[in-house]
Amino acid sequence: MGIDNIWVFAEAADGAPTSATLELLTKARSLGTVSAFVVGDGESIAAALGEYGAAKVFSTGDLAGNLPGVAGASAMQAVIDGGDTPDLIMFPQNYSGRDVMSRLSVKLDKTVLTNNIDVTVDGDAVKVTTPIFGGEQLVTTTFTSGGPYLAAFRPKSFEPAAGDAGAAEVVSAPVPDLGATGGAKVTAVHVEESTGPKLDEAAVVVSGGRGLGEADKFAMVDDLAKLLKGAAGASRAIVDAGWVPYSMQVGQTGKVVKPNVYIAAGISGATQHMVGMKGSKNIIAINKDQEAPIFGVADLGIVGDVHKVMPKLIEALSSRAG
Amino acid sequence: MNVIVCVKQIPDPAQPGELDPSDNTLKREGKLILDESDSYGVEMALQLVDAAGGGEVSIVSMAPNGEVSGMRTALAMGAAKGVLVSDAELAGSDALTTAKVLAAAAQKLGEADLIIAGTESSDGYTGTVPEQMAEVMGLPSITFAKSVTVEGGTVKVNRQTEAGYDEVECPTPAVVSVTAGVVEPRYPSFKGIMAAKSKPVDTVTAADLGVTAVGWAGAGQQIVDVAQAPAREAGEVVEDDGEAHLKIIEFLEGLKVI
Repeated sequence: MGIDNIWVFAEAADGAPTSATLELLTKARSLGTVSAFVVGDGESIAAALGEYGAAKVFSTGDLAGNLPGVAGASAMQAVIDGGDTPDLIMFPQNYSGRDVMSRLSVKLDKTVLTNNIDVTVDGDAVKVTTPIFGGEQLVTTTFTSGGPYLAAFRPKSFEPAAGDAGAAEVVSAPVPDLGATGGAKVTAVHVEESTGPKLDEAAVVVSGGRGLGEADKFAMVDDLAKLLKGAAGASRAIVDAGWVPYSMQVGQTGKVVKPNVYIAAGISGATQHMVGMKGSKNIIAINKDQEAPIFGVADLGIVGDVHKVMPKLIEALSSRAG
Repeated sequence: MNVIVCVKQIPDPAQPGELDPSDNTLKREGKLILDESDSYGVEMALQLVDAAGGGEVSIVSMAPNGEVSGMRTALAMGAAKGVLVSDAELAGSDALTTAKVLAAAAQKLGEADLIIAGTESSDGYTGTVPEQMAEVMGLPSITFAKSVTVEGGTVKVNRQTEAGYDEVECPTPAVVSVTAGVVEPRYPSFKGIMAAKSKPVDTVTAADLGVTAVGWAGAGQQIVDVAQAPAREAGEVVEDDGEAHLKIIEFLEGLKVI
């Protein structure tokens, strides 16, 4: 027994494995023998997956318009029914990962543990660590129902590093007939173009919140982000209010960012937001309420009006740049 | 068209959360409110039924005590009736059990064209229950909807993705999970609040629905440790005297960012 056969739910973006995929592969190979399960075309990214520790790559091939959840879970179940049973399946905490894991949990009648930031293996036991209350406390949970254990990990929980393994063997894992559950079909795909560095990869992130007062004032956040060659982010409050798109949301339900510098402008620091940015190396906060929780994590806190501080900061930086 | 909406009643998120030291579950004493992320689903359902020109919105919820104040908010918004699965045995249930219980409660309400849920609750945020319910009920599903319309037995959704969004179509009945902001939830009117008091809420136990091994007995997980996370030290906090932006520039220079 013991935990040895580990699957990692792997995804590609722009022809390469996503950073969440590489993070999970890196962790998985320290725990056992790793297979990457690609819900989509695995062949084209197999070499990169092998480099990060996958000995085997399961590939469903093109999903033909099916959503990843039901298609991926059905393909995984077919491999398991065929006799290759993993001890642990590691998923990224994202759209596809959540859907596949949810469907699979019902098919296998196994619990799923989500939002984790670490995993340890002790003999047959697998324990995962989950931050709660905005990261103030860490809960360690063990599975009690026998494998396969299903666990999802928040992005940036592990540092990705290439290993010294050779090429991975590609195994076809076709999507079986989905019956009524496969009724949903993708009819069109829209990609929202953004300029500048990606929010979750930028070295500097400037985020705005409700304290900006109105949607138009978000331009200050954009301007400051551009001047610092960074990305603009937002709190859930102003995303829900429709000021900026969801893709800019930092927090529990949005992106997890760990930049060198995080500037929070008019953000009070609700736990939902803090869990997405607390790992930043340096945090600067500007807020008029000196009791705001964001000051508890800021390296530099400015108690002041964003409408006064930000324009002066932008002007001073522009004149330096010019 | 009939729509069932799954809602969760949660402790007020404005109050700091706390774990019960005896069993490490979230403390849920006192009044529970309608999870704000579920108000979007309730509103979406009401608008879809309106657009269809007939039918009703029903609410299902699960709680270890008989609390209904959060459900009453959904009824005050305009939902017609509800089923509450209330059972002390449900304490400690995992997400999979929750999905089985809610699926059984939805089936008790009868044929629905759509089952709507939020993407995740604001207190537990597991985010798996809607998709798990779909699998338990053998239904297709579309998750992370940012817009929803129904035309002649087909539900059309713009589904949030990492890169943007996908247009997805699916025959009904189906399960749809909606993101916050899909629609602007209405505030219950005084008339709505008064009317909600007499709307029927059927309270049943998990056993009534034929779902057994719930709560701790059915959970495939056990909490083994709860620890304080290493705290991040607060740094310097200064009052803006009109020159605070210089403080920020100095800080950024120190980090060689500028």
